[in-house]
Amino acid sequence: MELYSLTAHQLTDKLHKKEISSTDLFSALGKRISEKDSRVRAYVRRNDAQLDLKPTNQNNGPLAGIPVSIKDNICTEGINTECCSKILEGFKPPYDATVIRKLKDAGASILETKTNMDEFAFGSSTENSCFGPTHNPWDLECVPGGSSGGSAAAVASDEAIWALGSDTGGSIRQPAAFCGVVGLKPTYGRVSRYGLIAFASSLDQIGTFTKDVRDCAILMNAVSGHDPMDSTSVDTVVPDYTGSLLNEVEGIKIGIPKEYFVEGMNKEVKAIVEEAIVKLERLGARAKEVSLPHTQYAVPVYYIIGTAEASSNLARFDGVQYGLRVKDKRMIDMYKKTRGEGFGQEAKRRILLGTFTLSQGYYDAYYLRALKVRTLIKKDFDDVFKDFDCIVTPTSPTPAFKIGEKTENPLDMYLSDIYTISANLAGIPAISIPCGFTKSGLPVGLQILAKPFGEETILKIAYAYEQATKWHLHKPEI
Amino acid sequence: MQYEPVIGLEVHVQLKTKTKVFCGCSTAFGNEPNTQVCPVCLGFPGSLPVLNRMALEYSVKVGLALNCSVQDFIKFDRKHYYYPDLPKNFQISQYDLPISKNGCLDIEINGQTKRIGVRRAHLEEDAGKLIHKEDVSLIDYNRTGQPLLEIVSEPDINSPEEAYEYLNDLKAIVQYLGVSDCDMEKGTLRCDANVSVRPKGSKALGTKSELKNLNSFKAVKDSLHYEIGRQIGLLNEGGKVVQETRLWDEKTARTSPMRSKEEAKDYRYFPEPDLPPFIISKDKIEEIRKTIPELPKDKENRFMKEYGLSGYDAAILAANKDNADYAEERFKAWADKNKKPVANWLIGPLAAIAGSRNVEISEIKISTKDFLDLIKLVEKKQAISNIAGKAVLEEMASTGKPASGIIEEKDLAQISDTASLENFVDEAIKENPASVGSFKSGKENALMFLVGQVMKKSKGKANPKVVHDILKRRLSDA
Repeated sequence: MELYSLTAHQLTDKLHKKEISSTDLFSALGKRISEKDSRVRAYVRRNDAQLDLKPTNQNNGPLAGIPVSIKDNICTEGINTECCSKILEGFKPPYDATVIRKLKDAGASILETKTNMDEFAFGSSTENSCFGPTHNPWDLECVPGGSSGGSAAAVASDEAIWALGSDTGGSIRQPAAFCGVVGLKPTYGRVSRYGLIAFASSLDQIGTFTKDVRDCAILMNAVSGHDPMDSTSVDTVVPDYTGSLLNEVEGIKIGIPKEYFVEGMNKEVKAIVEEAIVKLERLGARAKEVSLPHTQYAVPVYYIIGTAEASSNLARFDGVQYGLRVKDKRMIDMYKKTRGEGFGQEAKRRILLGTFTLSQGYYDAYYLRALKVRTLIKKDFDDVFKDFDCIVTPTSPTPAFKIGEKTENPLDMYLSDIYTISANLAGIPAISIPCGFTKSGLPVGLQILAKPFGEETILKIAYAYEQATKWHLHKPEI
Repeated sequence: MQYEPVIGLEVHVQLKTKTKVFCGCSTAFGNEPNTQVCPVCLGFPGSLPVLNRMALEYSVKVGLALNCSVQDFIKFDRKHYYYPDLPKNFQISQYDLPISKNGCLDIEINGQTKRIGVRRAHLEEDAGKLIHKEDVSLIDYNRTGQPLLEIVSEPDINSPEEAYEYLNDLKAIVQYLGVSDCDMEKGTLRCDANVSVRPKGSKALGTKSELKNLNSFKAVKDSLHYEIGRQIGLLNEGGKVVQETRLWDEKTARTSPMRSKEEAKDYRYFPEPDLPPFIISKDKIEEIRKTIPELPKDKENRFMKEYGLSGYDAAILAANKDNADYAEERFKAWADKNKKPVANWLIGPLAAIAGSRNVEISEIKISTKDFLDLIKLVEKKQAISNIAGKAVLEEMASTGKPASGIIEEKDLAQISDTASLENFVDEAIKENPASVGSFKSGKENALMFLVGQVMKKSKGKANPKVVHDILKRRLSDA
């Protein structure tokens, strides 16, 4: 078995037993990327020199000897972090994001080449990257999902052992589903956002892409925890998430929201997900229909709050201190030209939408109202979690679509997030795990949601399902 | 048509915390540009603010001292506008729930007390400093992120003199609290004025202009005088006052409209998502209230009552807390009930010495005992003359030595015994027959001339009163 196709925990085991060396692993991974990435394009700004991978960390922590791939919106000191946008061309942060520091403290080596993404995380397909799209390893004509498409594809194609991404409306879970890997969005406040270049401050979370649930638990152990540099991170104990890998779900109560299984939904997705639920019941869980009555408002609320916060967070990109600057005599013209040339279409669209919803005369009707409806959406989940341990849904209404298929109509693209968006609005944790394949061989993802800080419940159920089905052992042929 | 001015003042006070309001950078003044900066105050992508508790406590303290009601639900908002000295292109400030509101400050004007309302005081971050050169502008971000308390008065001020009093009283209160230096030269206190005029007796407000670039309290007073005159003149000619921002020019002593286009005033305020709101407990507010010392007006009144000081003397001493404490220590140690001698020496000679050294009287290092001993020597024992006393005080301030040593060293002891003085008196009479004659023929002043001659002969050490008596007796005898 090739080293690059193993999981982190398998590799750690082999490293400890001195069956392999770290250098072997890095060399194998580097070769794999050289071979496959010209077709998958999971990584950006690759240069051949950088692919001569070597371990960069001598520390003997729990993640020692294993490289981690990082999405291009997480700050890595001295290493280009550009959110795949022209406006951040050449930006090398002078500091590490907290999660990067934590990974380094745990012994991990950070890959200098970052993974592809939709510009500033605006997108569900990774087609909005200024470097061009990433291709789904299961079908190169299809998108890998977005916005963390690069990280998902890299893990799926064994071009990464594991990776970090970010999730604001489904940007980890949806690509994880499209690429057949495990993707977790933690509870809002579980993982520090310090160093994550912000899209929507009240929705963003850094999360994990892994080949299996055990790796997810190990990586979550390393990146979770309170950060005094992030006022929105929560000061609560981080359990050992590997303690949830018990392989049993007897008596677990699963809620199936009726609003997520509507007439006209993709037949294959419906069938595969329903089969997965049946499987969970056979393992001892009890599934029952529940209602999340405000589901229909989730997408509009998200596109008001998300774009409002994004328009504000992106105001700082003006060519003054870093990144692209289009020179001009007058300051205001320099700002306009820099932003005009530096931002892609989707970024401009969202900035305009967000600015509008915050503007005088519209704030009350749009932004303020959206905040209020958000509270109702959260309450839907609180009510269900009083009686249920988790909620299970499809991750995405469709499997991976073709590159170019949805780029004409932004609204079409926005609707691919309908199942994932609510978790960000409510701040609750959610995972996507592979649960089958369509007839054309495209992966389908199962989403499991739990109450705030319910990652242990999620991991427990995910692990049991995974061990009973082994979807995670399937690999694409690239 | 008689017009009356209506004035409102917006004062920005820079709080004297060790570090900035949302990061750990130093707030020290006068260092090399861009040496007190970090990713947070530079607004780098991925950075997040963390509230400085002391800045919040100082803000509460000021609010309480100004009789405001203090907000227990603490929330921040983003205020958006584009300018190079504002790295994020938004300022973290407070919009609808300022830390305190509905307070007041009583000023003394024309012997009467007038209450000026304080509408609100809120906490926000400062911007950087722009330095304009020939063809470039330079930005120093050291000041970015320093804590500012913006105090807005009600338009209850009706003359430039009242404005001046308000500013002085506000400055004294804030200095007493120890939360700011309130130094307009260093920029730790800034003031903008809003002024309009209306027909006397009218309740409606006229169109106001906002005055900026006021670099001293005098500038505030002078610019208001000018602007009021300008507006009245305009109205008398049948013109209209335009609402605009006008800059004060010290040199020409005029205001003129700002050349730049009137900025769009839509700041698109929305709650700062990176700083979750929280509650300050009533107990904490009380704890802060207890740290408020006796305030200037109260101290002034108490000085008048307890130490018999005149209103004038009390006001001078109470204007600065350190001076007031310094004075009070000396009042208390002075055994007599009549404290006037102590007050006189503080406000007169000591203040003069302090003034010439550009320090406050409280910074003069003369112990209470030494100070009072000197006063006793001059006033009670008449061991040295008043003039000599001032010279001794100067020496004490420089060396810290007690009076007695200096008097001996410099041979300043006043000669009061008649025996020693009689020789000088005899000589003076013999050498100035003309003056003697003048005195005998009724010119009282001639006696003073003779006293002066004796003083000269004794090198200033003679006790002038004793000399005067001796001379009078001698000349009356003959």
